[in-house]
Amino acid sequence: MSTFAPSTIDLASRLDRGTPAVEVRDLRKTFKRRDRKDGRFARKRPWPALDDVSFTIARGECVTILGQNGSGKSTLVRLLSTLLISDGGTARVFGHDVDRESSTIRRLVNRVSVEASFFKKMSASENLSYAARFYGMTPRQTRTAVPEILGSVGFPPDRRSESMENLSRGMQQKVALARALLTSPVLLLLDEPTTGLDPRSKLEVQEFIRQVRTAHDATILLCTHDMAEAEALSDRVGILDRGRLLFLEPVADVKKRFGVETLEEAFFAATGREFENETSEDDEYREVFG
Amino acid sequence: MSEFALETRNQLVGLFGIVERNMYLTKRYFLWDLAFMVWTIANTLTIVFIARAAALTGQLTPEQENTLAMTLLVGATIWAFLGIIFEFMTETVAWERWEGTIEYTFMAPLSRLVHLFGQGAYAVLYGLIRATILFFAVALFIGIHAPQANYGAALALLAIASISFIGVGIMTSVLPLISPEKGAQLGFVAQGLMLVVSGVYYPVSVMPEWMQWIAKISPATYALRGCRASIVDGAGLEWANVWPLLIIAVLATPIGLAIFKVGERYAKRHGKLKRAG
Repeated sequence: MSTFAPSTIDLASRLDRGTPAVEVRDLRKTFKRRDRKDGRFARKRPWPALDDVSFTIARGECVTILGQNGSGKSTLVRLLSTLLISDGGTARVFGHDVDRESSTIRRLVNRVSVEASFFKKMSASENLSYAARFYGMTPRQTRTAVPEILGSVGFPPDRRSESMENLSRGMQQKVALARALLTSPVLLLLDEPTTGLDPRSKLEVQEFIRQVRTAHDATILLCTHDMAEAEALSDRVGILDRGRLLFLEPVADVKKRFGVETLEEAFFAATGREFENETSEDDEYREVFG
Repeated sequence: MSEFALETRNQLVGLFGIVERNMYLTKRYFLWDLAFMVWTIANTLTIVFIARAAALTGQLTPEQENTLAMTLLVGATIWAFLGIIFEFMTETVAWERWEGTIEYTFMAPLSRLVHLFGQGAYAVLYGLIRATILFFAVALFIGIHAPQANYGAALALLAIASISFIGVGIMTSVLPLISPEKGAQLGFVAQGLMLVVSGVYYPVSVMPEWMQWIAKISPATYALRGCRASIVDGAGLEWANVWPLLIIAVLATPIGLAIFKVGERYAKRHGKLKRAG
């Protein structure tokens, strides 16, 4: 796959290959919210979204963070993409501090989130061109790059000029992936990219993620609650539970550590709860951080 | 290409991207914009007809009636022009939050100054076109004459004033970052307050003295005064109106940007960039 955004190519080639792609140390983020049980006018209480999270991702690795809704996955992705400011600890992307060197980080990182967010009245081509301009891509460059990248995600050429609002959720998610890759990110943050997709679209997106990894030299941090997806795509898997990262290891090591056959069982062994069994307390978390 | 030249190039391409996106959206919402234009013309007519009503008292000569109508029309046109700028600026955040694209824009390597100035540049272009259509549509409808008008000078002054308007607009664009629900509406409050002290339909001298002091720091005061002088009396671009606008522009833009950055930091600390807050 070709790379397109000129400024990113320059930065990527200058990155030290020995520097970890992501280095997170004791990262904390707390939001304040009013507990429904305490009444409408009660004082807001702090709710930890990330609680002393530490991990490292090597360049070229694909790492998955598993967690239920509200476990802090999206908060982690937002912190790494400079959309949130942490309350403590440090996060570095290719050696650059996310809080203090945010403009450098922004050239290196892109993200696909669960909601494929676009200007709905604009077409896929227009939305991609708009996003590409922020990374220095001129109309001449996007005229060839946009059809090429849309083609590579399997987007039908005859629908490129159609409003986003007329496209299915699966189609929109493909455009979201294309948007992220158009800017040639060295770190790709995928926040539940296949949630809500039909099985076929899900497999297509997963296949595309594999291709990106092999052909694009990208480091991937995938956040999901799909255990099968995590197992199929990643080198290492971690479980984030109520803001705490319980471990981050190869799938085989996780199963061995807990003496179990599946990641679901590993989750149960690590947390004492069923993965799909979300309590009302989890729902409250989801309202704040989901 | 040196790093500085590459960065400058990228920022300019980004600025073009903002203008280009707004063009796409104007094209898509053209019929809605047309309906809004009709509303603006109707609203302006309700103001300019006051001159016709005043003439019924028999105390105005036809020439005085024409001057009064033109004075009101210039005020209403600048109100509409400023309305577009403030709407675009406050919607910088509100619109993107509604579409869900705000996080992608804020995590892009585009400087906030270029981002906001791109939004302002399109607002000025679009606002000037709408203001011109509004002015001539109402003048034609009511039958107002401006034989001495120096439209070139009026447009040039409006263009200079626009830099200050963008600066003030940047200050108001922070409001939806702080309050996702009500912030956008507060932008219109700022617009109304600026115009009320600037003599939108009356001379500044009729206001209480403390309001006249505030009028001195409002860019709309000089835009209104200069445009009226150019259209009604045929005056050229007067330095007395230009230098205060230049000073306000030099101050308003960095102050606006600093305020926006404080708001952006607050939003990032409290997780308010996200649509659901």
